Amino acid sequence: MLKYIFREVSRGFSPGLRRFSDVKVTENVAESPAFPHLIEQASLYLHWPYCLRRCTYCNFNKYIPKEDNEDIMAKCLQRETETLLQLSQVSCITSVFFGGGTPSLAHPSTIAKILETVSNQVYLSDEAEVTLEVNPTPVGMSKLKDFHFAGVNRFSIGVQSLQDEHLKSLGRDHSSLEALQTLEEARRLCPGGVSVDIMFGRPEQTIESWSNELSEMLRVCDDHVSLYQLTLERGTQLFKQVHCGQVTMPTEEMTAEMYRCARNSLQQHGFQQYEVSNFAKNNSQSRHNLSYWKGKQYIGVGPGAHGRFVPLGEGGAAREARTQTLEPDVWIREVQQRGHGTRRRIQLGHLELLEEVLVMGMRMTKGINHKHWELFNPELGLHEIFGASPVVQELLQSGQLILDDRGLRCSWDGLALLDSILPILLLELDKQSFPKAAS
Amino acid sequence: MPGYNMSYRVLRPRWMKCLAVLSSSFRSLSTQPAKDGVDLSKFPVDKIRNFCIIAHIDHGKSTLADRLLEMTGAIAKTEKNKQVLDKLQVERERGITVKAQTASLFYSHDRQEYLLNLIDTPGHVDFSYEVSRSLSACQGVLLIIDANQGIQAQTVANFYLAFEAQLTIIPVINKIDLKNADPERVESQIEKVFDIPREECIRISAKLGTNVETVLQAVVERIPPPAGSIDDPFKALVFDSNFDHYRGVVANIAVFGGRVKKGDKIVSACLCKTYEVNELGLLRPEEHPTQKLFAGQVGYIVAGMKDVKEAQIGDTLYHQEQPVEALPGFKPAKAMVFAGMYPMDQSEYPALRSAIERLTLNDSSVTVQRDSSLALGAGWRLGFLGLLHMEVFNQRLEQEYNASVTVTAPTVPYKAVLSSAKLIKEHGSEELTIVNPAQFPDRSVVSEYLEPMVLGTILAPETHTGKIMSLCLSRRAVQKNMVYIDDQRVMMKYLFPLNEIVVDFYDLLKSLSSGYASFDYENAGYQTADLIKMDILLNGRPVEELTTIVHRDRAYSTGKAMCERLKESIPRQMFEIAVQAAIGSKVIARETIKAYRKNVLAKCYGGDITRKMKLLKKQADGKKKMRRIGNVEVPKDAFISVLKRKEK
Repeated sequence: MLKYIFREVSRGFSPGLRRFSDVKVTENVAESPAFPHLIEQASLYLHWPYCLRRCTYCNFNKYIPKEDNEDIMAKCLQRETETLLQLSQVSCITSVFFGGGTPSLAHPSTIAKILETVSNQVYLSDEAEVTLEVNPTPVGMSKLKDFHFAGVNRFSIGVQSLQDEHLKSLGRDHSSLEALQTLEEARRLCPGGVSVDIMFGRPEQTIESWSNELSEMLRVCDDHVSLYQLTLERGTQLFKQVHCGQVTMPTEEMTAEMYRCARNSLQQHGFQQYEVSNFAKNNSQSRHNLSYWKGKQYIGVGPGAHGRFVPLGEGGAAREARTQTLEPDVWIREVQQRGHGTRRRIQLGHLELLEEVLVMGMRMTKGINHKHWELFNPELGLHEIFGASPVVQELLQSGQLILDDRGLRCSWDGLALLDSILPILLLELDKQSFPKAAS
Repeated sequence: MPGYNMSYRVLRPRWMKCLAVLSSSFRSLSTQPAKDGVDLSKFPVDKIRNFCIIAHIDHGKSTLADRLLEMTGAIAKTEKNKQVLDKLQVERERGITVKAQTASLFYSHDRQEYLLNLIDTPGHVDFSYEVSRSLSACQGVLLIIDANQGIQAQTVANFYLAFEAQLTIIPVINKIDLKNADPERVESQIEKVFDIPREECIRISAKLGTNVETVLQAVVERIPPPAGSIDDPFKALVFDSNFDHYRGVVANIAVFGGRVKKGDKIVSACLCKTYEVNELGLLRPEEHPTQKLFAGQVGYIVAGMKDVKEAQIGDTLYHQEQPVEALPGFKPAKAMVFAGMYPMDQSEYPALRSAIERLTLNDSSVTVQRDSSLALGAGWRLGFLGLLHMEVFNQRLEQEYNASVTVTAPTVPYKAVLSSAKLIKEHGSEELTIVNPAQFPDRSVVSEYLEPMVLGTILAPETHTGKIMSLCLSRRAVQKNMVYIDDQRVMMKYLFPLNEIVVDFYDLLKSLSSGYASFDYENAGYQTADLIKMDILLNGRPVEELTTIVHRDRAYSTGKAMCERLKESIPRQMFEIAVQAAIGSKVIARETIKAYRKNVLAKCYGGDITRKMKLLKKQADGKKKMRRIGNVEVPKDAFISVLKRKEK
């Protein structure tokens, strides 16, 4: 049973602000096969662009703030949310995700105001998942309670590692002890609603140290784990260090083995893998992220945020890939002037939409079921597109891919090779959609 | 007259045909008025000297030519006269001459006026067809040797060309102004290697002009005048030709007898076709029209030949009325190094075709054959006289025609002697030349295979001989002789299979001798060789375009190297790939490309889709361009990296 506890928040937040606790979702709305209203709903992503420092491996869109402009930022995020909700004409927001940067640097009141803006305009269910990314620092931890009051019901904690020397070399500003404390506090506030990010393939990491670290993590974590391989990105400090030989990265063989070990170990501990990098038990999957992989609409708000939705508000009929202006200062100016900072809009053609649905859908262990595919492409089924292709047949026979009554998905082994499989599937999709052009 | 120099430099490149019309219309401006209307009848045979300059690369041939041109007033004396006769960008950059040029000089000696014809020659033996053409129009040569470096490999090769043509050789020791110049030593080398008395050497500094006058005097005094008389019937040798889109063929001729004038009807001995002389004159070095040309003189002629093939090099021209016996002419140059050339992108095929056509118009020694490769698309198999010839051709293609090409590693023409009468009848001859490995006949129908050989000359400091000898040995070379040309330098002669030196021999030689060794070679016929066909297999399937003909002794090392290069350039796939080199059914080398164990992007959320899609679409597009061999996808780059010449 769901319990709702409405409580006035002490800091003069608007009355009626929703807050939930102990939310247990028993029904996965997105899984529902009868999901006819593709354009009436969307999820909402909000990007907080600021960080206190730069991690050595990160090339993401983030900025070290020059001054305290939180009020302006809060206003602009609200304003853009309003504008884009209006433009999308959705009647329901299914989930909200505060990502960054370091959104836990934001004041809880900012989060509250944005959520209020959303629920003033569209239906935001009390059950809706509201996630906040948290940097496990003492400051971050001290604010968890207020974030929770503000309406956040899921915390995604960037633990990354439980080894202090690694945290230091990665440029993180927290210790493993602080991470453990933050995790404990988050679990206290949102039992079953806490996810930890953990990173493998780090410089100087061995398979043994990784498996020990993972075991330790499994003892303290909640019901959700995101597992990321550190990728060396150009332009980062780590990239330079590796290239001038200061640090060595584990070999491809080693990271493949680390991934394999982790998948096995998580499974043994009752975690089900539901996506390439995501594992959950007790039905604690991230519904927000699942909606990306299921090809649903989402609205991106904030500097550099991406969105995918049909701009019904101005008479649009096709889904658009939309990107907001990257630099926070410029974005702020644009939002102040015209209500939004959308920098790029690209209409997705039918084939492009299908390509995205395929690429994202295949990341899930359940893959793409026939109903799901039919939603986007009623004309041509998965069997018709992929069944006859000799190259796909090779993948089916080698056991990397499965095409059956349920749909199309990767096998356990195949999922680790998804990026080799996808180009093959994309070519087949193109061929079947434009049989003449391809021949 | 700086203006004169400018127009001279800009307007005269004969290779830049687009400028030809400008060149001809400005010709009158760029000619010195003082010498206009030269009466060439003033120069009977005994007042004419025809000579050329031959030298190892960078020994100062072009600088000396510049000085000679200045001193005789052919060009104004300025600081800017550098390599005046070398017009091509590639010639200036590499400091070599590719295309022979001619300049007629007027020179007074003992109160007599002489006409000296300087016929510039390419220095390298790759261009020896050009050299021997030039030599055939000469009676003497200036053999330039650097006072510091002494005799080098090309000096030797050039000397023998001149010696065999029975020309007067004047040794000139250049760069005596250099700090380390040791003309004494060079003179001893000349005595020892060429058997020329040291007293005959002239020590000069072409850069400073020191003693250059002596060179001109020696040309007049030592080189005999050309044979032939003004009273003989007209007879001329075509020793070079160029093509001009507006005037047709411009032929360079040496008049061996009689005279020729505008309006004369002349006949090509080769084709028996008659032409009317439209224009003729001297080359100084720009075209300088005159009324007539006389016996012993060298100049150009335009006679309405529309096709470059009409002016066959080595052809004899004569008057319609007075047929003469044709001159011996030249043996056509034979291509010795072959390489495939393909456009980087097939859409560039037509542009590359027209560039190759235009370039071969002025270089008939390049053979062109259409070819196509499953991996590289449509292209050509081009034959060159040697490695430098090939490099120069590529460079000109890139610089003058802005063409980007994939050039495959050079191969040599092998031969097979057929054993069955039936096959001999089929092919029309007993010997079959194999340019493409696909044509390699099976051992069962062949009595023997032959490979082309070259006689290589290496000159190097004595300290490097050990390393050089083992390098040569590893290239299947046989030492023919070894001479100390002085107490420090050694000259070695080796008989090499040509195939062993076409790829990286020269680079290795240079690097193991710290740049001090020089190398040159001349063709030395064919020899029996134990040749085999080697296949490259990917997961057991042969890759047609990588089939190679190799000597049995070299099969393993070549096969291993090819497998290694393929391993580096074929991306990992979902399964293991065996890369093998095989002779028949026997695998001789193997590399393994391990299967991917993990290939998946860790994070892919809402903000990552755009970037991820772009990447995947690129990979999918790339897949379309890959060649599938069995279940293995091979990118074009992999073929290129195996087939291409190695970057230096």
